[in-house]
Order: sequence, then structure tokens, then C-alpha cells
Amino acid sequence: MHRKLPIIVVTLVVAVFALGAWLNLRVAEPPENAAVGGMVVNVNIGGPFELTDHTGARMSDDALRGKYALIYFGYTFCPDVCPTELGEIAVALDELGDAGKQVTPVMITIDPERDTPEILAEYVPLFHDRLVGLTGTEAEIKDVAEKYRVFYRRFEDPSFTFYLMDHTSFVYLVDPKGAVASMFRYGTPPEDMAAAIRQHMRARTDS
Amino acid sequence: MNTRFVSALLCVLFLSSPAWAHEEKSEHLTITHPWSRATAPSQKVGAVFMTIKTNGNTPDRLIGAQSPDAEDVQIHGHMMDGDVMRMRPVDGIVIPADGEAVLEPGGFHIMLIGLKAPLFEETVIPLTLEFEKAGKVEIEAVIEAAGARAASSASGAKMDGEKDAGKNNGHGGGHNR
Repeated sequence: MHRKLPIIVVTLVVAVFALGAWLNLRVAEPPENAAVGGMVVNVNIGGPFELTDHTGARMSDDALRGKYALIYFGYTFCPDVCPTELGEIAVALDELGDAGKQVTPVMITIDPERDTPEILAEYVPLFHDRLVGLTGTEAEIKDVAEKYRVFYRRFEDPSFTFYLMDHTSFVYLVDPKGAVASMFRYGTPPEDMAAAIRQHMRARTDS
Repeated sequence: MNTRFVSALLCVLFLSSPAWAHEEKSEHLTITHPWSRATAPSQKVGAVFMTIKTNGNTPDRLIGAQSPDAEDVQIHGHMMDGDVMRMRPVDGIVIPADGEAVLEPGGFHIMLIGLKAPLFEETVIPLTLEFEKAGKVEIEAVIEAAGARAASSASGAKMDGEKDAGKNNGHGGGHNR
């Protein structure tokens, strides 16, 4: 019996690493200064993009420089997870008070077929008055999603007259220089998100 | 790594698998705080959340729902596959005996498809829920803010949040559709 233990342990460890590799995410143990809510990212994640915002104007990642950004990848035909996450982002920004003004909330659609700028324009103000909705061509969305290691795939069912999107649901904290500073998993309480953002802000002003 | 760690790990794995109750005759249910979220005019979908409790030692199963305000209504659940959220239709939701089923963000919900009009905050949307044993139950879900995480306590007070399903149905029988 005891001889099989190492095999079980190795199998579990391999399974965990395989899962991580599948998501292409290598996430380090959060050090003390980021212990609250956020995960520290030690892999090259994020990067430049040029998309179309909800007003129809072209917008690149440069427009987010100088401030923090909270970026979420979702879609408007998403009745549950996306509104939940966008709601949590809004609560986290409220929680931050004045410091929240130094954070730009952004939703990038992974469903550009349905999410035109017009659709996003109706959708984003429901969650936050500064929420920026971004869409683009299929190729542009694929490019930015790959840079952020976002998985998304269309799902159809015989009982559907529509399609759904399977997708990873992380919130990315991007620092004023454009680097991904932290990732928040689905279900991270907004209070923890706010606390982690505050710690990042403090660490920046200290250094 | 020792034996204790492995057994703890295995316990966690086993405990996280759902245990479905078997079915028996049941009549009474309590449905608490049904709610949904405000939608944009172009947004044709919504999700309704609530807690459904059995008032007794017999389980029931939510097998369907309709609303005059949506073209189609389906019961959906989420599968977390690693960190990928996969929303899928489910056959029904079991409400365990002496227990409850919680429909909440990130878990089960009733999906409204083809909304005929946007949902505005502080209004309600009528729904007919269909249970295997309790039959049809009429409810009204209160519309909260678009980014609401849960039913606000205020909404629970101003709506008839609790309903005795037993009073609302005259026909029990376990008909499946």
C-alpha cells in the first residue's frame, strides 16, 4: 500500500503541473507584498494591442499608460460570470475611493462577432461610468487573447438558437508602465482585489 | 509529503464531488429571493438566481421554467474546468430533502434567452418554474443592478420573496417533459 503512495503523489503533482501548462500560466507563490488576493505573474504575459473602443474609436494599450488598468476578457451575451466579474471590478474601484480614479476598468470582448462597438456602448455604462469596452476583428482579439493567455472557444448545443463562449475568467491588473502586475481568479472578493491594488500602488510609491 | 497529506488531499477531492439525493414524493417548497440583473437594450439574455428549499424530508427537482418576457428559458450550470468557465444546459436541479438548492452567480441559474424588453432595475420579471413533484410555481424575480453580486436585502423585503409552493399548485404528479 505504502509503495503506491509515491506514485499517487507523483501523479497528482504531474496533473497539477499539466493543468498549469495547459493554461500556459506559470504562477509563482505570491510573496508577502502581494499576499492579498492577487497572483504574481512571473511569465511574460500581456503586451501591446490595438482595438476599437465602445465609441468606435481605435485605441491602443498606450492609452492606458500612466494609470493602472483592470482588464477583463468577457462577452455581453454572458448572463452570469461576466456581469458578476464586472460588478466586482466596479465594487473594487469604489472600495479604493480616490485611488480608484487611478485605475481604468477595461472589458475586452472575446466574442467580436456579436460585440460591436454599438453593443458595447450600451453595455459598459451599466457597470461603471469609466468602463472601457474593446472589440476588434477576429484576428485582433485572437492576438490580444493569446498575449494574455486567455482561452476562449465558441460552444453550441442542439437546444440553442444561439452560442455561448467558454472562457477563462481572470481580471488582470496592469501597472502604469503596461506590465501585468497581478491576476485575480474568478471569485476573488472585490475587497481583496482592492487591497492588492492598494499594495501595488504603495509598493510603487515606496520604490 | 506524508500519508496524512495524501489522505487529506483525497478527502478534499471526494468531498468536492456532488452527492445527489434520490427522489421521493414531495409537495412543498420555499423559494427565497429570486433575482436577476438589469440588462442593456441590446442584451438579449439574463440569469435568474434564487434559493429553493424543500419543506420536509422529500426531495424535488426543478425541471423547467418559462417566462412571458423571454422567448426561451433554460436551466444552466457552470463547469469550472481548470480556470475555464463553461456554461452548460442541465436537465434539472435537484433540491435535496430537508435541504436547498442555491442558484447563484458562478453556479446554477435560470437563463433567460431572447428577452422581449430590457430588464430595468427595481422592476420584476414573472417566471413559472416547473418542478417534478411540486408542479408549477409562479414567481417574480426582482431586477437588481447589472453588476449585482447577490439579491440586495432591500429587494428581499419589498417583494414577496418567500412563497410556499405547496399553496400555489394543485397538481403534484411527477410529469417529465
